[in-house]
Amino acid sequence: MGKLARDVAVIGVGQTRFGEHWNLTFRELGIEAGFRAMEDAGISSSRIEALYTGTMSSGLFLNQEHVSAMIAEVVGLTENQIPATRIEAAGASGGLAFHQAILDVASGLHDIVVVGGAEKMSDVVSNVATEFVASGADQAWEGLFGATMPSLFALMARKHMHDHGTTKEHLAHVAVKNHVHGAKNPLAQFQREITMDMAVNAAMVADPLGMYDCAPSSDGSASLVLCDMKTAKELSDNPIRVAGTGQGSDSLSLANREEITSMRSTVAASRRAYEMAGVGPGDIKVAEVHDSYTISEIIAIEDLGFFKKGDGGFATERGETALNSTITVNPSGGLKARGHPLGATGIAQINELVIQLRGDAGDRQVKDANIGLAHNIGGTGGTAVVNILEVV
Amino acid sequence: MAVARHWRNQDQRYNLAGTHCKVCGGHFFPKTSMCPTCHRRSMGKLERFQFSGNGTISSYTIIHDGMPQYSSQVPYVIAYIDLEEGDHIIGQIVDCEPSEVEIGKGVEMVFRKLSEEGRSGTIQYGFKFRLTM
Repeated sequence: MGKLARDVAVIGVGQTRFGEHWNLTFRELGIEAGFRAMEDAGISSSRIEALYTGTMSSGLFLNQEHVSAMIAEVVGLTENQIPATRIEAAGASGGLAFHQAILDVASGLHDIVVVGGAEKMSDVVSNVATEFVASGADQAWEGLFGATMPSLFALMARKHMHDHGTTKEHLAHVAVKNHVHGAKNPLAQFQREITMDMAVNAAMVADPLGMYDCAPSSDGSASLVLCDMKTAKELSDNPIRVAGTGQGSDSLSLANREEITSMRSTVAASRRAYEMAGVGPGDIKVAEVHDSYTISEIIAIEDLGFFKKGDGGFATERGETALNSTITVNPSGGLKARGHPLGATGIAQINELVIQLRGDAGDRQVKDANIGLAHNIGGTGGTAVVNILEVV
Repeated sequence: MAVARHWRNQDQRYNLAGTHCKVCGGHFFPKTSMCPTCHRRSMGKLERFQFSGNGTISSYTIIHDGMPQYSSQVPYVIAYIDLEEGDHIIGQIVDCEPSEVEIGKGVEMVFRKLSEEGRSGTIQYGFKFRLTM
Protein backbone atom coordinates (compact mmCIF):
# COMPACT_ATOMS: atom_id res chain seq x y z
CA MET A 1 0.00 0.00 0.00
CA GLY A 2 1.09 3.50 -0.78
CA LYS A 3 4.34 2.54 -2.56
CA LEU A 4 5.38 2.41 -6.20
CA ALA A 5 6.60 -1.00 -7.37
CA ARG A 6 9.76 0.57 -8.82
CA ASP A 7 11.42 3.99 -8.97
CA VAL A 8 10.38 6.37 -11.74
CA ALA A 9 12.10 9.54 -12.99
CA VAL A 10 11.64 12.44 -15.42
CA ILE A 11 14.46 12.76 -17.96
CA GLY A 12 13.18 15.37 -20.39
CA VAL A 13 10.82 18.36 -20.42
CA GLY A 14 9.46 20.68 -23.10
CA GLN A 15 6.89 23.45 -23.32
CA THR A 16 5.53 25.93 -25.83
CA ARG A 17 5.18 29.51 -24.70
CA PHE A 18 1.68 29.88 -23.21
CA GLY A 19 -0.55 32.60 -24.65
CA GLU A 20 -2.84 33.37 -27.55
CA HIS A 21 -1.36 31.43 -30.48
CA TRP A 22 -3.64 32.57 -33.30
CA ASN A 23 -1.33 30.98 -35.90
CA LEU A 24 -0.95 27.55 -34.30
CA THR A 25 -3.29 24.55 -34.20
CA PHE A 26 -3.76 22.14 -31.30
CA ARG A 27 -1.70 19.63 -33.28
CA GLU A 28 1.20 22.06 -33.80
CA LEU A 29 1.26 23.01 -30.11
CA GLY A 30 1.43 19.33 -29.14
CA ILE A 31 4.21 18.62 -31.64
CA GLU A 32 6.35 21.55 -30.44
CA ALA A 33 6.18 20.62 -26.74
CA GLY A 34 6.65 16.92 -27.46
CA PHE A 35 9.71 17.39 -29.64
CA ARG A 36 11.30 19.77 -27.13
CA ALA A 37 10.86 17.15 -24.40
CA MET A 38 12.36 14.44 -26.63
CA GLU A 39 15.28 16.69 -27.51
CA ASP A 40 15.84 17.50 -23.83
CA ALA A 41 15.84 13.78 -22.99
CA GLY A 42 18.12 13.07 -25.95
CA ILE A 43 16.13 10.07 -27.17
CA SER A 44 14.57 9.18 -30.51
CA SER A 45 10.83 8.64 -30.88
CA SER A 46 11.37 4.95 -31.60
CA ARG A 47 12.13 4.49 -27.87
CA ILE A 48 8.67 5.69 -26.77
CA GLU A 49 6.50 2.81 -25.58
CA ALA A 50 3.30 4.65 -24.59
CA LEU A 51 1.73 8.10 -24.77
CA TYR A 52 -0.48 9.88 -22.23
CA THR A 53 -2.24 13.18 -22.92
CA GLY A 54 -4.11 15.44 -20.52
CA THR A 55 -6.76 17.60 -22.20
CA MET A 56 -9.82 19.04 -20.52
CA SER A 57 -12.12 19.71 -23.40
CA SER A 58 -10.93 19.45 -26.96
CA GLY A 59 -14.52 18.41 -27.64
CA LEU A 60 -16.03 21.73 -26.58
CA PHE A 61 -13.19 24.01 -27.66
CA LEU A 62 -12.37 22.32 -30.99
CA ASN A 63 -15.23 19.89 -31.60
CA GLN A 64 -12.58 17.18 -31.66
CA GLU A 65 -12.53 14.19 -29.31
CA HIS A 66 -10.21 11.16 -29.44
CA VAL A 67 -7.14 13.41 -29.44
CA SER A 68 -4.98 10.56 -28.12
CA ALA A 69 -4.99 8.99 -31.58
CA MET A 70 -4.61 12.40 -33.21
CA ILE A 71 -1.46 13.14 -31.23
CA ALA A 72 -0.01 9.69 -31.90
CA GLU A 73 -0.60 10.37 -35.58
CA VAL A 74 0.90 13.85 -35.77
CA VAL A 75 4.04 12.99 -33.82
CA GLY A 76 4.59 9.93 -36.01
CA LEU A 77 4.01 7.24 -33.41
CA THR A 78 1.38 5.17 -35.19
CA GLU A 79 3.97 2.91 -36.85
CA ASN A 80 4.32 0.69 -33.78
CA GLN A 81 0.69 1.12 -32.65
CA ILE A 82 1.83 2.15 -29.18
CA PRO A 83 -0.89 2.66 -26.54
CA ALA A 84 -2.12 6.28 -26.62
CA THR A 85 -4.43 7.42 -23.83
CA ARG A 86 -6.23 10.66 -23.08
CA ILE A 87 -6.92 11.59 -19.44
CA GLU A 88 -9.59 14.12 -18.41
CA ALA A 89 -10.20 15.72 -15.01
CA ALA A 90 -10.96 19.35 -15.97
CA GLY A 91 -8.02 21.58 -14.95
CA ALA A 92 -6.28 18.59 -13.33
CA SER A 93 -6.08 16.64 -16.60
CA GLY A 94 -2.32 17.21 -16.96
CA GLY A 95 -1.42 16.31 -13.38
CA LEU A 96 -3.60 13.24 -13.56
CA ALA A 97 -2.06 12.15 -16.88
CA PHE A 98 1.33 12.37 -15.16
CA HIS A 99 0.00 10.36 -12.18
CA GLN A 100 -1.36 7.65 -14.49
CA ALA A 101 1.89 7.50 -16.46
CA ILE A 102 3.81 7.04 -13.19
CA LEU A 103 1.58 4.06 -12.31
CA ASP A 104 2.16 2.63 -15.79
CA VAL A 105 5.98 2.80 -15.61
CA ALA A 106 6.11 1.77 -11.93
CA SER A 107 4.05 -1.32 -12.76
CA GLY A 108 6.71 -2.47 -15.22
CA LEU A 109 4.37 -2.42 -18.22
CA HIS A 110 6.48 0.19 -20.03
CA ASP A 111 9.97 1.63 -19.46
CA ILE A 112 9.78 4.91 -21.40
CA VAL A 113 6.59 6.93 -21.86
CA VAL A 114 5.81 10.46 -23.00
CA VAL A 115 3.23 12.52 -21.10
CA GLY A 116 1.75 15.63 -22.65
CA GLY A 117 -0.87 18.19 -21.82
CA ALA A 118 -2.48 20.59 -24.24
CA GLU A 119 -5.39 22.98 -24.65
CA LYS A 120 -6.40 25.35 -27.44
CA MET A 121 -8.84 27.88 -25.92
CA SER A 122 -8.58 30.94 -28.19
CA ASP A 123 -10.69 29.50 -31.01
CA VAL A 124 -13.88 30.40 -29.11
CA VAL A 125 -14.96 33.87 -27.93
CA SER A 126 -14.49 34.66 -24.27
CA ASN A 127 -18.03 34.23 -22.90
CA VAL A 128 -18.28 30.87 -24.64
CA ALA A 129 -14.96 29.93 -23.00
CA THR A 130 -16.55 30.97 -19.68
CA GLU A 131 -19.34 28.47 -20.29
CA PHE A 132 -16.96 25.68 -21.32
CA VAL A 133 -14.69 26.22 -18.31
CA ALA A 134 -17.80 26.04 -16.08
CA SER A 135 -18.40 22.50 -17.33
CA GLY A 136 -15.64 21.47 -14.91
CA ALA A 137 -18.12 22.29 -12.13
CA ASP A 138 -21.72 20.99 -11.82
CA GLN A 139 -23.59 22.09 -14.96
CA ALA A 140 -27.04 20.92 -13.82
CA TRP A 141 -27.04 22.50 -10.34
CA GLU A 142 -24.50 25.34 -10.57
CA GLY A 143 -24.00 26.38 -14.21
CA LEU A 144 -27.70 26.34 -15.19
CA PHE A 145 -28.42 28.72 -12.31
CA GLY A 146 -25.82 31.20 -13.57
CA ALA A 147 -22.73 30.19 -11.56
CA THR A 148 -19.49 30.64 -13.50
CA MET A 149 -16.19 29.03 -12.42
CA PRO A 150 -14.82 32.36 -11.06
CA SER A 151 -18.08 32.89 -9.15
CA LEU A 152 -17.69 29.56 -7.34
CA PHE A 153 -14.17 30.57 -6.26
CA ALA A 154 -15.58 33.99 -5.30
CA LEU A 155 -17.94 32.16 -2.90
CA MET A 156 -14.89 30.46 -1.35
CA ALA A 157 -13.05 33.80 -1.20
CA ARG A 158 -15.86 35.71 0.51
CA LYS A 159 -16.26 32.89 3.06
CA HIS A 160 -12.49 32.77 3.66
CA MET A 161 -12.49 36.53 4.22
CA HIS A 162 -15.46 36.26 6.60
CA ASP A 163 -14.08 33.33 8.61
CA HIS A 164 -10.34 34.10 8.63
CA GLY A 165 -9.94 37.83 8.04
CA THR A 166 -8.38 37.41 4.60
CA THR A 167 -8.53 40.68 2.63
CA LYS A 168 -8.83 41.84 -0.96
CA GLU A 169 -5.20 43.05 -0.59
CA HIS A 170 -4.09 39.54 0.40
CA LEU A 171 -5.58 38.25 -2.86
CA ALA A 172 -3.78 41.02 -4.77
CA HIS A 173 -0.45 40.05 -3.16
CA VAL A 174 -0.79 36.58 -4.73
CA ALA A 175 -1.25 38.08 -8.21
CA VAL A 176 1.54 40.64 -7.81
CA LYS A 177 3.99 37.99 -6.55
CA ASN A 178 3.16 35.57 -9.36
CA HIS A 179 3.61 38.30 -11.96
CA VAL A 180 7.06 39.09 -10.47
CA HIS A 181 7.93 35.42 -10.98
CA GLY A 182 6.32 35.25 -14.44
CA ALA A 183 8.41 38.21 -15.59
CA LYS A 184 11.45 35.93 -15.19
CA ASN A 185 9.95 33.03 -17.19
CA PRO A 186 10.52 33.22 -20.97
CA LEU A 187 7.67 30.77 -21.60
CA ALA A 188 5.09 32.65 -19.50
CA GLN A 189 2.05 34.31 -21.07
CA PHE A 190 2.49 37.51 -19.02
CA GLN A 191 6.17 38.45 -18.61
CA ARG A 192 5.52 41.73 -16.85
CA GLU A 193 4.98 42.90 -13.30
CA ILE A 194 1.77 44.47 -12.06
CA THR A 195 1.18 46.88 -9.16
CA MET A 196 -0.98 46.41 -6.08
CA ASP A 197 -3.16 49.27 -7.34
CA MET A 198 -3.76 47.49 -10.66
CA ALA A 199 -4.67 44.25 -8.90
CA VAL A 200 -6.91 45.73 -6.20
CA ASN A 201 -8.77 48.11 -8.51
CA ALA A 202 -9.17 45.90 -11.58
CA ALA A 203 -12.58 45.39 -13.16
CA MET A 204 -14.70 42.93 -11.19
CA VAL A 205 -15.32 39.46 -12.63
CA ALA A 206 -17.16 37.92 -9.67
CA ASP A 207 -16.94 40.13 -6.59
CA PRO A 208 -14.58 39.95 -4.64
CA LEU A 209 -12.52 38.52 -7.52
CA GLY A 210 -11.35 41.01 -10.14
CA MET A 211 -9.57 40.48 -13.43
CA TYR A 212 -6.14 40.10 -11.80
CA ASP A 213 -7.50 37.46 -9.42
CA CYS A 214 -8.17 35.14 -12.37
CA ALA A 215 -5.79 33.09 -14.49
CA PRO A 216 -6.20 33.84 -18.20
CA SER A 217 -7.48 31.66 -21.02
CA SER A 218 -4.49 30.32 -22.91
CA ASP A 219 -3.28 28.14 -25.73
CA GLY A 220 -0.33 25.94 -24.99
CA SER A 221 1.21 22.55 -24.52
CA ALA A 222 3.75 20.96 -22.21
CA SER A 223 5.35 17.54 -22.42
CA LEU A 224 7.82 15.33 -20.57
CA VAL A 225 9.61 12.00 -20.83
CA LEU A 226 9.17 9.58 -17.93
CA CYS A 227 11.00 6.30 -17.41
CA ASP A 228 12.05 3.75 -14.81
CA MET A 229 15.11 4.73 -12.75
CA LYS A 230 17.41 2.11 -14.26
CA THR A 231 16.72 3.37 -17.77
CA ALA A 232 16.84 6.98 -16.52
CA LYS A 233 20.38 6.56 -15.22
CA GLU A 234 21.49 5.06 -18.54
CA LEU A 235 20.01 7.95 -20.51
CA SER A 236 20.46 10.96 -18.25
CA ASP A 237 23.05 12.63 -16.00
CA ASN A 238 20.40 14.38 -13.94
CA PRO A 239 17.18 12.36 -13.68
CA ILE A 240 14.57 13.83 -11.33
CA ARG A 241 12.92 11.15 -9.19
CA VAL A 242 9.21 10.89 -8.47
CA ALA A 243 9.28 10.68 -4.67
CA GLY A 244 5.54 10.64 -4.13
CA THR A 245 2.27 10.86 -6.01
CA GLY A 246 -1.28 11.15 -4.70
CA GLN A 247 -4.77 11.77 -6.01
CA GLY A 248 -7.96 12.73 -4.20
CA SER A 249 -11.60 13.38 -5.07
CA ASP A 250 -14.52 15.32 -3.62
CA SER A 251 -18.04 16.20 -4.74
CA LEU A 252 -18.37 17.82 -8.17
CA SER A 253 -20.67 20.49 -6.74
CA LEU A 254 -19.64 22.99 -4.09
CA ALA A 255 -23.07 22.68 -2.44
CA ASN A 256 -22.43 19.07 -1.44
CA ARG A 257 -19.46 20.00 0.78
CA GLU A 258 -19.59 20.95 4.44
CA GLU A 259 -16.58 23.23 4.08
CA ILE A 260 -15.79 25.61 1.20
CA THR A 261 -12.64 27.30 2.52
CA SER A 262 -10.65 24.06 2.32
CA MET A 263 -10.46 21.30 -0.29
CA ARG A 264 -10.60 17.77 1.10
CA SER A 265 -9.31 16.45 -2.23
CA THR A 266 -6.10 18.48 -1.83
CA VAL A 267 -5.66 17.41 1.80
CA ALA A 268 -6.08 13.73 0.87
CA ALA A 269 -3.89 13.86 -2.25
CA SER A 270 -1.08 15.61 -0.39
CA ARG A 271 -1.29 13.21 2.57
CA ARG A 272 -0.87 10.28 0.15
CA ALA A 273 2.01 11.96 -1.67
CA TYR A 274 3.78 13.01 1.55
CA GLU A 275 3.47 9.48 2.98
CA MET A 276 4.84 7.88 -0.16
CA ALA A 277 7.73 10.34 -0.27
CA GLY A 278 8.41 10.09 3.46
CA VAL A 279 8.49 13.88 3.78
CA GLY A 280 6.30 16.61 5.22
CA PRO A 281 5.32 20.13 4.17
CA GLY A 282 8.33 21.59 6.01
CA ASP A 283 10.71 19.70 3.70
CA ILE A 284 9.36 21.34 0.52
CA LYS A 285 11.57 24.16 -0.83
CA VAL A 286 9.61 24.93 -3.98
CA ALA A 287 5.97 24.37 -4.88
CA GLU A 288 3.90 24.85 -8.01
CA VAL A 289 0.31 25.18 -6.79
CA HIS A 290 -2.95 25.58 -8.68
CA ASP A 291 -3.65 29.34 -8.57
CA SER A 292 -6.49 29.35 -11.10
CA TYR A 293 -7.72 32.19 -8.88
CA THR A 294 -5.76 34.05 -6.21
CA ILE A 295 -7.95 32.52 -3.50
CA SER A 296 -7.07 29.04 -4.84
CA GLU A 297 -3.39 29.64 -4.01
CA ILE A 298 -4.26 30.83 -0.49
CA ILE A 299 -6.43 27.77 0.13
CA ALA A 300 -3.83 25.47 -1.43
CA ILE A 301 -0.89 26.64 0.69
CA GLU A 302 -3.05 26.02 3.78
CA ASP A 303 -4.38 22.61 2.68
CA LEU A 304 -0.88 21.46 1.66
CA GLY A 305 0.31 22.24 5.20
CA PHE A 306 2.72 25.07 4.35
CA PHE A 307 0.72 27.49 6.55
CA LYS A 308 -1.99 26.97 9.12
CA LYS A 309 -5.65 27.39 8.20
CA GLY A 310 -6.52 31.05 7.80
CA ASP A 311 -2.90 32.23 7.61
CA GLY A 312 -2.44 31.80 3.84
CA GLY A 313 -3.34 35.38 2.94
CA PHE A 314 -1.35 36.86 5.81
CA ALA A 315 1.70 34.70 4.96
CA THR A 316 1.52 35.87 1.35
CA GLU A 317 1.36 39.50 2.50
CA ARG A 318 4.44 38.88 4.68
CA GLY A 319 6.27 37.74 1.55
CA GLU A 320 6.76 34.17 2.78
CA THR A 321 5.79 32.64 -0.58
CA ALA A 322 8.02 34.86 -2.74
CA LEU A 323 11.13 33.63 -4.54
CA ASN A 324 13.71 32.36 -2.03
CA SER A 325 11.69 33.17 1.09
CA THR A 326 10.17 30.61 3.50
CA ILE A 327 8.85 28.49 0.64
CA THR A 328 8.87 29.58 -2.99
CA VAL A 329 5.35 29.20 -4.38
CA ASN A 330 4.86 29.32 -8.14
CA PRO A 331 8.32 30.42 -9.32
CA SER A 332 7.08 29.89 -12.90
CA GLY A 333 4.50 32.64 -12.45
CA GLY A 334 1.80 30.08 -11.69
CA LEU A 335 -1.41 29.80 -13.64
CA LYS A 336 -1.90 33.54 -13.16
CA ALA A 337 1.19 34.72 -15.08
CA ARG A 338 2.49 31.62 -16.90
CA GLY A 339 -1.01 31.14 -18.32
CA HIS A 340 -3.55 28.34 -17.93
CA PRO A 341 -4.14 26.18 -20.99
CA LEU A 342 -6.23 23.80 -18.85
CA GLY A 343 -4.83 20.36 -19.72
CA ALA A 344 -1.28 21.67 -20.19
CA THR A 345 -1.03 23.24 -16.74
CA GLY A 346 -0.37 20.08 -14.72
CA ILE A 347 2.53 19.10 -16.98
CA ALA A 348 3.95 22.65 -17.03
CA GLN A 349 4.03 22.52 -13.20
CA ILE A 350 6.05 19.28 -13.24
CA ASN A 351 8.38 20.74 -15.88
CA GLU A 352 9.03 23.82 -13.73
CA LEU A 353 9.95 21.58 -10.78
CA VAL A 354 12.32 19.56 -12.98
CA ILE A 355 14.02 22.77 -14.21
CA GLN A 356 14.28 24.07 -10.63
CA LEU A 357 15.65 20.78 -9.24
CA ARG A 358 18.23 20.62 -12.04
CA GLY A 359 19.32 24.15 -11.11
CA ASP A 360 18.54 25.44 -14.61
CA ALA A 361 15.94 28.10 -13.71
CA GLY A 362 18.19 31.14 -14.19
CA ASP A 363 16.80 34.37 -12.70
CA ARG A 364 13.97 32.54 -10.98
CA GLN A 365 16.15 29.74 -9.50
CA VAL A 366 15.18 28.64 -5.99
CA LYS A 367 18.44 28.27 -4.02
CA ASP A 368 19.32 24.73 -2.90
CA ALA A 369 16.12 23.33 -4.40
CA ASN A 370 16.29 19.59 -3.80
CA ILE A 371 12.64 18.64 -3.31
CA GLY A 372 9.55 20.17 -4.90
CA LEU A 373 5.79 19.70 -4.92
CA ALA A 374 3.20 20.21 -7.65
CA HIS A 375 -0.52 20.62 -6.90
CA ASN A 376 -3.14 20.51 -9.65
CA ILE A 377 -6.93 20.65 -9.21
CA GLY A 378 -9.92 20.15 -11.46
CA GLY A 379 -13.05 22.34 -11.27
CA THR A 380 -13.64 23.58 -7.73
CA GLY A 381 -11.53 20.74 -6.30
CA GLY A 382 -13.53 17.68 -7.36
CA THR A 383 -10.13 16.27 -8.29
CA ALA A 384 -6.73 17.07 -6.80
CA VAL A 385 -3.37 15.59 -7.76
CA VAL A 386 -0.16 16.15 -5.79
CA ASN A 387 3.25 15.05 -7.03
CA ILE A 388 6.56 15.34 -5.16
CA LEU A 389 9.85 15.30 -7.08
CA GLU A 390 13.41 15.17 -5.78
CA VAL A 391 16.98 15.32 -6.94
CA VAL A 392 18.53 11.83 -7.17
CA MET B 1 -30.80 19.85 -26.20
CA ALA B 2 -33.73 17.46 -25.96
CA VAL B 3 -36.65 18.74 -23.87
CA ALA B 4 -36.54 15.67 -21.61
CA ARG B 5 -33.22 16.81 -20.20
CA HIS B 6 -35.02 19.67 -18.45
CA TRP B 7 -38.45 18.01 -18.01
CA ARG B 8 -37.07 15.20 -15.83
CA ASN B 9 -35.69 17.72 -13.31
CA GLN B 10 -38.87 19.78 -12.99
CA ASP B 11 -39.90 18.61 -9.52
CA GLN B 12 -36.47 19.53 -8.14
CA ARG B 13 -36.15 22.84 -9.96
CA TYR B 14 -39.76 24.00 -9.57
CA ASN B 15 -40.59 22.68 -6.11
CA LEU B 16 -37.19 22.25 -4.41
CA ALA B 17 -37.90 18.54 -3.97
CA GLY B 18 -35.11 16.27 -2.80
CA THR B 19 -34.71 12.78 -1.40
CA HIS B 20 -35.28 11.38 2.11
CA CYS B 21 -33.55 8.15 3.16
CA LYS B 22 -35.81 6.05 5.39
CA VAL B 23 -32.81 4.03 6.62
CA CYS B 24 -30.65 6.83 8.07
CA GLY B 25 -33.15 9.71 8.02
CA GLY B 26 -30.87 11.90 5.91
CA HIS B 27 -32.16 14.21 3.20
CA PHE B 28 -30.43 15.34 0.05
CA PHE B 29 -30.62 17.95 -2.69
CA PRO B 30 -30.59 17.34 -5.62
CA LYS B 31 -32.49 14.05 -5.71
CA THR B 32 -30.47 10.88 -5.56
CA SER B 33 -31.25 7.26 -6.41
CA MET B 34 -28.81 6.05 -3.75
CA CYS B 35 -28.20 7.38 -0.25
CA PRO B 36 -24.53 8.43 -0.07
CA THR B 37 -24.40 7.24 3.57
CA CYS B 38 -26.33 3.95 3.40
CA HIS B 39 -25.33 2.99 -0.15
CA ARG B 40 -26.96 -0.27 -1.30
CA ARG B 41 -29.02 -0.62 1.90
CA SER B 42 -31.01 2.43 0.78
CA MET B 43 -32.32 0.73 -2.38
CA GLY B 44 -36.13 0.90 -2.31
CA LYS B 45 -36.03 2.94 0.92
CA LEU B 46 -35.88 6.43 -0.62
CA GLU B 47 -38.81 8.84 -0.84
CA ARG B 48 -39.51 12.37 -2.05
CA PHE B 49 -38.54 15.10 0.41
CA GLN B 50 -39.97 18.61 0.33
CA PHE B 51 -37.54 21.35 1.36
CA SER B 52 -39.11 24.47 2.88
CA GLY B 53 -37.08 26.84 0.71
CA ASN B 54 -35.96 28.82 3.76
CA GLY B 55 -32.28 29.32 4.48
CA THR B 56 -29.41 31.63 5.35
CA ILE B 57 -26.71 33.15 3.14
CA SER B 58 -23.36 31.52 3.95
CA SER B 59 -21.43 33.27 1.16
CA TYR B 60 -22.23 35.25 -1.99
CA THR B 61 -20.71 36.83 -5.07
CA ILE B 62 -21.81 39.55 -7.47
CA ILE B 63 -21.18 38.32 -11.01
CA HIS B 64 -20.09 40.94 -13.57
CA ASP B 65 -18.87 38.51 -16.25
CA GLY B 66 -21.71 35.99 -16.50
CA MET B 67 -22.69 32.84 -18.30
CA PRO B 68 -23.77 33.62 -21.91
CA GLN B 69 -27.46 32.94 -21.18
CA TYR B 70 -27.35 35.36 -18.22
CA SER B 71 -25.23 38.09 -19.85
CA SER B 72 -28.19 40.51 -20.07
CA GLN B 73 -28.71 40.24 -16.29
CA VAL B 74 -25.27 41.33 -15.02
CA PRO B 75 -24.52 42.21 -12.34
CA TYR B 76 -26.37 39.33 -10.68
CA VAL B 77 -25.89 37.68 -7.29
CA ILE B 78 -25.15 34.01 -6.66
CA ALA B 79 -25.21 32.76 -3.08
CA TYR B 80 -24.14 29.66 -1.17
CA ILE B 81 -27.18 29.04 1.00
CA ASP B 82 -27.50 26.92 4.15
CA LEU B 83 -31.05 25.52 3.94
CA GLU B 84 -32.83 25.25 7.29
CA GLU B 85 -32.91 21.45 6.89
CA GLY B 86 -29.07 21.50 6.95
CA ASP B 87 -28.33 20.94 3.26
CA HIS B 88 -26.62 23.53 1.07
CA ILE B 89 -27.65 24.92 -2.30
CA ILE B 90 -26.36 27.43 -4.83
CA GLY B 91 -28.87 29.90 -6.27
CA GLN B 92 -29.47 33.45 -7.40
CA ILE B 93 -30.61 36.19 -5.01
CA VAL B 94 -33.21 38.44 -6.69
CA ASP B 95 -35.62 41.29 -5.90
CA CYS B 96 -32.96 43.42 -4.20
CA GLU B 97 -29.89 45.52 -4.92
CA PRO B 98 -26.65 43.48 -4.80
CA SER B 99 -25.43 45.82 -2.04
CA GLU B 100 -28.22 44.59 0.25
CA VAL B 101 -26.91 41.01 0.24
CA GLU B 102 -24.88 40.02 3.31
CA ILE B 103 -23.62 36.83 4.92
CA GLY B 104 -26.11 35.72 7.61
CA LYS B 105 -29.23 37.19 6.00
CA GLY B 106 -32.30 34.96 5.65
CA VAL B 107 -33.71 33.95 2.27
CA GLU B 108 -36.77 32.17 0.89
CA MET B 109 -37.25 30.37 -2.40
CA VAL B 110 -39.13 32.00 -5.27
CA PHE B 111 -40.11 30.47 -8.63
CA ARG B 112 -38.62 32.30 -11.61
CA LYS B 113 -37.52 32.01 -15.23
CA LEU B 114 -33.89 30.89 -15.37
CA SER B 115 -32.82 31.06 -19.01
CA GLU B 116 -33.75 30.05 -22.53
CA GLU B 117 -31.94 28.06 -25.16
CA GLY B 118 -31.99 30.64 -27.93
CA ARG B 119 -35.05 32.25 -29.55
CA SER B 120 -36.70 28.99 -30.59
CA GLY B 121 -35.46 26.67 -27.82
CA THR B 122 -37.01 25.68 -24.51
CA ILE B 123 -37.34 28.12 -21.60
CA GLN B 124 -36.07 26.89 -18.26
CA TYR B 125 -37.78 27.79 -15.00
CA GLY B 126 -36.71 27.06 -11.47
CA PHE B 127 -35.81 28.29 -8.02
CA LYS B 128 -34.17 31.56 -7.09
CA PHE B 129 -34.13 33.16 -3.65
CA ARG B 130 -35.05 36.54 -2.16
CA LEU B 131 -34.14 38.18 1.14
CA THR B 132 -36.58 37.78 4.04
CA MET B 133 -34.99 40.70 6.01
